[in-house]
Amino acid sequence: MVTDDPQTAGLLTMRGIVKQFPGARALDGVDLDIRAGEVHCLLGQNGAGKSTLIKVLAGAHQPDEGEILIDGEPVTIPHPVAGLKLGIATMYQELDVVDGLSVAENIYLGHELATAGFSQRRAVIAHTRKLLARLGHSGISPRREVGTLSAAGKQIVSMARALSHDARVIVMDEPSAVLDSEEVANLFRVVRDLTAEGVAVVYISHRLEEIRQIGDRITVLKDGRTVASGLAVADTPTAELIRLMTGRNVEYAIPRRPPVADDAPTLVHVEDLGLRGAFSGVSFDVRAGEVVGLAGLVGSGRSEILETVFGARRATTGRVEIDGTALKAGSVPDAVRAGIGLCPEERKSQGLLLDEPVYRNITLSTFARTANAGFLDEGAEKREAGQQITALDVRPADGDRHARTLSGGNQQKVLLARWLVHGCRVLLLDEPTRGVDVGARAEIYALIAELAARGTAVVVVSSEIEEVLGLADRVLVVSDGRVVHEGPTSEIDEHRVLDLVMEGSAA
Amino acid sequence: MSDQDLTAKVPAADESARVEKATTPAKRRGLLSGAAGRNLGLVVALVALCAVGVITAGDRFLSVNNILTILSLAAVTGVLSIGMTFVITGGGIDLSVGSVLGLASVWASTLATQTMANDTHWLVMVGVALLVGLGAGLVNGVLIAYGKVVAFIATLAMMVAARGLAEIIANRQTQVVKVQSFLDFFRADPLGIPTIVWIFAVVAIGGWVLLNRTTFGRRTIAVGGNPEAARLAGINVKRHTTYLYALAGLAAGIGGVMMLGRTTAGSSTNGQFYELDAIAAVVVGGTLLIGGRGTIVGTVLGVLIFSTLTNVFTQNNLSSSAQNVAKGVIIVAAVLLQQRLAERSRTST
Repeated sequence: MVTDDPQTAGLLTMRGIVKQFPGARALDGVDLDIRAGEVHCLLGQNGAGKSTLIKVLAGAHQPDEGEILIDGEPVTIPHPVAGLKLGIATMYQELDVVDGLSVAENIYLGHELATAGFSQRRAVIAHTRKLLARLGHSGISPRREVGTLSAAGKQIVSMARALSHDARVIVMDEPSAVLDSEEVANLFRVVRDLTAEGVAVVYISHRLEEIRQIGDRITVLKDGRTVASGLAVADTPTAELIRLMTGRNVEYAIPRRPPVADDAPTLVHVEDLGLRGAFSGVSFDVRAGEVVGLAGLVGSGRSEILETVFGARRATTGRVEIDGTALKAGSVPDAVRAGIGLCPEERKSQGLLLDEPVYRNITLSTFARTANAGFLDEGAEKREAGQQITALDVRPADGDRHARTLSGGNQQKVLLARWLVHGCRVLLLDEPTRGVDVGARAEIYALIAELAARGTAVVVVSSEIEEVLGLADRVLVVSDGRVVHEGPTSEIDEHRVLDLVMEGSAA
Repeated sequence: MSDQDLTAKVPAADESARVEKATTPAKRRGLLSGAAGRNLGLVVALVALCAVGVITAGDRFLSVNNILTILSLAAVTGVLSIGMTFVITGGGIDLSVGSVLGLASVWASTLATQTMANDTHWLVMVGVALLVGLGAGLVNGVLIAYGKVVAFIATLAMMVAARGLAEIIANRQTQVVKVQSFLDFFRADPLGIPTIVWIFAVVAIGGWVLLNRTTFGRRTIAVGGNPEAARLAGINVKRHTTYLYALAGLAAGIGGVMMLGRTTAGSSTNGQFYELDAIAAVVVGGTLLIGGRGTIVGTVLGVLIFSTLTNVFTQNNLSSSAQNVAKGVIIVAAVLLQQRLAERSRTST
């Protein structure tokens, strides 16, 4: 697209950016164009590639393919300092400030004002005062130790640092996540001041209502690709944004299952379960052969509910019963003995031993059971793992390969195989298809259906509402740590779920 | 036309050449980065050291007596290193083993213990030393696993405290062992090989079996490799962590007994800095300091490399200061090599 007005012409353009990590393609052809003086919102679910994209932009990652243009000139950003020199400053989600240093020292970290190695403390303090005043926070002393500031205060320091680089593009990764509403209003004021001066702001947030308030244009990422580029915020309904973020690119079938038999026994009984600071008053039952879905936004408490049922977090109230027997609160071994399995949200950090062979990952919950008097039976382990590798079609079908070398979908299959070997009666799945390609996705859906048909009780958490509604017999909508709706999936549609999710988070 | 044909062929040939190039280093990588390959590297280093020994000291170095000296020198640190291998593989560190060894040797040789041993059996001394080691290890483990104290700090505190307690008990005196049956056991030297070398061998073999063939070993690797994944798979990570430090403490207790046997005296200065020798041997042996991968064979080779080095320097009348410099160089070289290999095996896949 050619824009006539030079004022709004592309300040920064990224074209066809590809970034490959071992076992996963984080970015698979991303386009982004940013104009001077706009707030450009970057939307996408967890794992869509937003963080990788801004790291490429900052020079922290090198793209494998694609080009970056600034003022129409191709540039390379080999390291973060080069990014800053080009006028690209990034405020990361995990606040990147040094607690032990003062406000001024943090702001000038990496580009200290110094003469012959001696820092010009007075100049630094004066500059810092000016920056803080510009952000409307003259109240913060430049000499104060950053560790004593609140999260919002650290955010201001982080922003002042971005300004200190004379940035033309400031990337803000979920800046509002740690702020209360008043602080968010102040943040927006600062953002508006910046854009009025011609600075472009790339704004990342999960809160759609914020994007409505502050954003000019939107780029949506899904599975490492740009699915919509430069949509005008004013002209795009929220439902359309959600569809773009969660919608399927390719048709994949969720198999239809017959309804759960009326006489199916209740396997899981959760009563008034609560975890301080995360959720409270959660009660539900799951019958043998039933699939229950938990729908909700990131941070709504849905993952915490699963982990608490599993005993990975110690419930502060309530109890969990399996087949009528109460579980010991906060004991994973007890839950596993009772026949519960959890496939966690973060496969790599919570699920796998990446540098161990696949077969040992599969038998991680069962090696003690196959062992004789404490001595491992690796032959039996390899046999059991091999059966699951064949049954789930894990590719490559080689149990001796390290788990690290597998793709996301196959890593997920390894985790599922672990609980299949274990023979669990209750399976808790947290985002079972995140970062999983379309083919493996269909296989995982088929497997869930098959497990339910064999009488396993399944609880699924997913950000994709279609997925929850397609897989589950009943859905629980979680918002702000409470279950706001419970009912059969046949009686609710995607829009209604969305409304419920949004209502809760707006409150 | 023919020009075009030529240019079209060149990249094709280049392509096949590249493919070939890509396969051969991959094979070599496989050989070097596998467990057997790493140990092979250590064997080569050990053989090279021995060659230096033979060249500079000749028959003196190769004599049976000298080889037994090297093994005796390795034995006490060796036993500590086996325990340390478990702790490090499990993602921890234990700075206290040297001090705990000293405390065990003192406690097992007090007048009271020796009198009791004379009245009953010399194994009483052994039992006391092992219980002291186990107890100190349990305290470490509980503090780290349940008290959530950083391992470095918890075991640093134990290192200081155990040494102090040993000084209090011994009143800074050397306690000579007079239990004849105890001394006889350590002078027995079955098949002409010193008793402490036998003990080292038994502990090393036991450690190998425990790490590679039992559920305990598998848990150790899982807990060190990814504690969260281990926890979510149903492994009791805290309990296992406690066991790991208890095991290291037990090894220190065994080391205390061996020290008594070798020097026939309990002293609060026994085992000073042994924890550093043990950590060095474990790391040089190829156990990852961040946990998740451990090798007993590597540790044994690491211990032997250091004791052979000491022996070669002594044979040539070189100062222990020069020896320490060489030790430092070896540690750094081994770790640098390890990192290169780990990086290459990661990128090759």
